[in-house]
Amino acid sequence: MTLLITVFAAIASTVVWYKNAPESEMRVGVLALMYWGASLMWLVDAIFEYAELGAGYFTPGLRDMINDAFLGLSVVALGLIVWLAIVLIKDPKGVVKAKLFKKKN
Amino acid sequence: MACFLVPLAEAVITSVVTKIVEKKEKDPVPVEVSFNGEITEKAEKIPFSKKLKWLNMMLLGGSLLLAFEHVWHGEVVPFFPFLTAASNPADAAEMFGEMSTVGVAMAALVTAVWAVMLILSRVIEKRALKIGRKTAAER
Repeated sequence: MTLLITVFAAIASTVVWYKNAPESEMRVGVLALMYWGASLMWLVDAIFEYAELGAGYFTPGLRDMINDAFLGLSVVALGLIVWLAIVLIKDPKGVVKAKLFKKKN
Repeated sequence: MACFLVPLAEAVITSVVTKIVEKKEKDPVPVEVSFNGEITEKAEKIPFSKKLKWLNMMLLGGSLLLAFEHVWHGEVVPFFPFLTAASNPADAAEMFGEMSTVGVAMAALVTAVWAVMLILSRVIEKRALKIGRKTAAER
């Protein structure tokens, strides 16, 4: 479930990145790469788990599924927070700088 | 248990490599490129350091999100020894076993996907340059 949610987040962010390309002011590409990296790593984890559990991997208990879904959503939220921090620190549109400095006429 | 440490270590190495490559890179030469198959425009090829940053971002981002998962499952704690498996030798052996299998496989898969991205970008670059040269010659 965590893998599935992260893959969907990766696909969605890639679509948004492609739609806005070549403009990359909001650095959505960073978010997409982050989610893809995590998705690939969880895919490896899933393969190892499948090798251990067999078909049982695809029929998790309800409690595990809810916990994994909750984790997946938290991971997506954390990715968004990290991305937002990068955008605010890099401040490509100069919005933060404009807030910190008052223009003199 | 601590599988994310392997891609994280690779990310640290590739970040250093990126900085070195960035310093050694020369200014890109403008070339005629076709973006939509017909009209050509002057453009510069993105440097290799930029492509290395794709790998860095996948490794760093992935490791960070995986580290969070380990915190979630209580495998990483905010006090010494930080990894719960490191507190006794039996668990530590299991942790190193997991790092050498799952961790290495994670780092290898991300690197392999990046290598495919490099090959595909090279193919796209070559095709755009070829059409650009052809169109420029016809003009």
